[in-house]
Amino acid sequence: MSDAAAHGEHDEHHGYHPGGMKRWLFTTNHKDIGTMYLIFALIMFFIGGAMAMVIRLELFQPGLQFVEPQFFNSMTTMHALVMIFGAVMPAWTGFANWLIPMMIGAPDMALPRLNNWSFWILPFAFTLLLGTFFMPGGAPAGGWTMYPPLVLQTGDAFPFLIFAVHFMGASSIAGAINIIATVFNMRAPGMTLMKLPLFVWTWIITAFLLIASIPVLAGAVTMLLTDKFFGTAFFAASGGGDPVMFQHIFWFFGHPEVYILILPAFGIASAIIPTFARKPLFGYASMVYATGAIAFLSFIVWAHHMFTVGMPLAGELFFMYTTVLIAVPTGVKVFNWCATLWQSSITFEVPMLFSLAFVILFTIGGFSGLMLGITPVDFQYHDTYFVVAHFHYVLVTGAIFSIISATYFWLPKWTGHMYDETLGKWHFWLSTISVNVLFFPQHFLGLAGMPRRIPDYAVQFADFNMVSSIGGFVFGFSQILFVMVIWKCVKGGEKATDRVWEGAHGLEWTLPSPPPYHSFTTPPAPASIEGGMR
Amino acid sequence: MRGSIDQANKRLGYKLLAVTLAMFGFGYALVPLYSVFCELTGLNGKTGRISAETAASETIDQNRSVTVEFVTSIGGSLPWKFKAKVAKISVHPGAATEATFVAVNEASFPIVGRAVPSVAPNSAARYFNKTECFCFTEQKLAAGETKDMVVRFVVDPRLPADVRTLTLAYTFFEAPELSANN
Repeated sequence: MSDAAAHGEHDEHHGYHPGGMKRWLFTTNHKDIGTMYLIFALIMFFIGGAMAMVIRLELFQPGLQFVEPQFFNSMTTMHALVMIFGAVMPAWTGFANWLIPMMIGAPDMALPRLNNWSFWILPFAFTLLLGTFFMPGGAPAGGWTMYPPLVLQTGDAFPFLIFAVHFMGASSIAGAINIIATVFNMRAPGMTLMKLPLFVWTWIITAFLLIASIPVLAGAVTMLLTDKFFGTAFFAASGGGDPVMFQHIFWFFGHPEVYILILPAFGIASAIIPTFARKPLFGYASMVYATGAIAFLSFIVWAHHMFTVGMPLAGELFFMYTTVLIAVPTGVKVFNWCATLWQSSITFEVPMLFSLAFVILFTIGGFSGLMLGITPVDFQYHDTYFVVAHFHYVLVTGAIFSIISATYFWLPKWTGHMYDETLGKWHFWLSTISVNVLFFPQHFLGLAGMPRRIPDYAVQFADFNMVSSIGGFVFGFSQILFVMVIWKCVKGGEKATDRVWEGAHGLEWTLPSPPPYHSFTTPPAPASIEGGMR
Repeated sequence: MRGSIDQANKRLGYKLLAVTLAMFGFGYALVPLYSVFCELTGLNGKTGRISAETAASETIDQNRSVTVEFVTSIGGSLPWKFKAKVAKISVHPGAATEATFVAVNEASFPIVGRAVPSVAPNSAARYFNKTECFCFTEQKLAAGETKDMVVRFVVDPRLPADVRTLTLAYTFFEAPELSANN
């Protein structure tokens, strides 16, 4: 999240660099593209966040106060699409762009023009998606999961939704191909696979998940499109199709997708916790294998999202056992982070605070995930606020906290300035307290039977909803502090050293802060590669 | 040196693109794969279809009775009334049985409908074999027409012993591409 000024002075020796807008349109530089991804993700985070504010405002009290039910449903649908495809996924690709070449000692990404293209598809995709608010019939309101036949009732927005999903998918697949090619072909001499920083490892596995699962989503939504406009009957019972089949195909994509959102976060925590614990990461190799195991399992658990569709007992048992099995590699990870902290000398700078909160709160989300994975009780929890609480613990306090943590961690490297520690601590404490006020009561609401995606509720749910909404507003407005910290840090501040953090290890910290526009044009000396153990 | 890395990057890029396209195809392949899987396992309530001769050759299990219930519904906004003549009957496994359904087109124009069957419990669906069914073909009803429709079926004697009741459900959908008003 740096800006042009931060590295503008370094680039006069290298080839052709148009100024102004053209620089950003035509750039093939991984740092420029990383910056654009991150700014795009931040903008989408606020657009999606504004939708969440509308949701919490309507749910502040029982009854319908502020928005029409149809618009409320559009809010839940679009909030999910914007946050998943617009905020979290582009943020991870942004970090990958900025960091992976610097971490592996490469001069740039492997396919720089593809890189430019994969970013610039995104603004078009989200123009299509957000433009649907102004169309007859309104924005998509059938849930981000796009289940037929409901989604087929979407108005004029329907084809725009489908094509927006196609574009987002193309963008993330292009990004994934680029990352795989970069890591496989561009590593500095001596940077063996088992020396890669864990962020690179988790991203490589994420990239394989992306190219294996996103095309399946593209296929599923294309089938919706042809069902609606070209008379096919993939999901239409009247033509011999089966609407439940959409759920199977969708979740074959959807479950790997949730690990696409969280695996890079595991890499971030594995970078930040050892730094501020001043101790090498415990169990590097087991971290790599655990990530691989999670990725493999993610392809054989999809039907746990749809236990209630009427599956045979054998199917329910299979998907329950494989789902609960994921707790083993995930437990290995949490254990390793805790073991890294054991008898270490910890300091609590903002990146560390967010990463520690990530470990604790993500684990809470993991536990509610285990509860949901148990088939017989899932019948009670299905489509209630318990599910909402679960996936917001793993996505907000999991993925988003990790993204925020990583931003604080590398911001001094990118901008050359230290961020405002006091403001950052305010941001952390306000966010962490309010996010729990926001989502913890939703567990109770769900267990008591409050359904999700409904703009109104029975009065016995009123108190917890009011508490949750207050937490939501505080959390939402706390994020303005985040923007203030970033803005101040980009504009100036205490000069950052090259290593920035006392305990930081890895090739990116051997570069100046900010790094030159073109870094590692000659590979680093093999002796400077410490390996991912650090 | 740079050149050879660029070459390698492009090659790997194309390979990964091929994987992407293959996975897109796999998404479509999941459709027949799920169907085959459902047919093999009898999940999804898909029923079997056998010829009348095969049905006649089944041995009738006189010692056992199974209740077959009939459920009817209308999908979407099809302006039809659709009912079974009897709500349920008791059959011996192996015995060919006939049931009659009645459909009325209440619209002022002819409509073609398509009935989609399903059997519950799912695990018993593959033991429910039809020899003749109005659901095998499209049904065209003139404006105001009432039509009796027949299904002939045999419950396989191999039906697990714990199954005492089978429910046969039909949903009539409009086949829009065939209807006169379209």
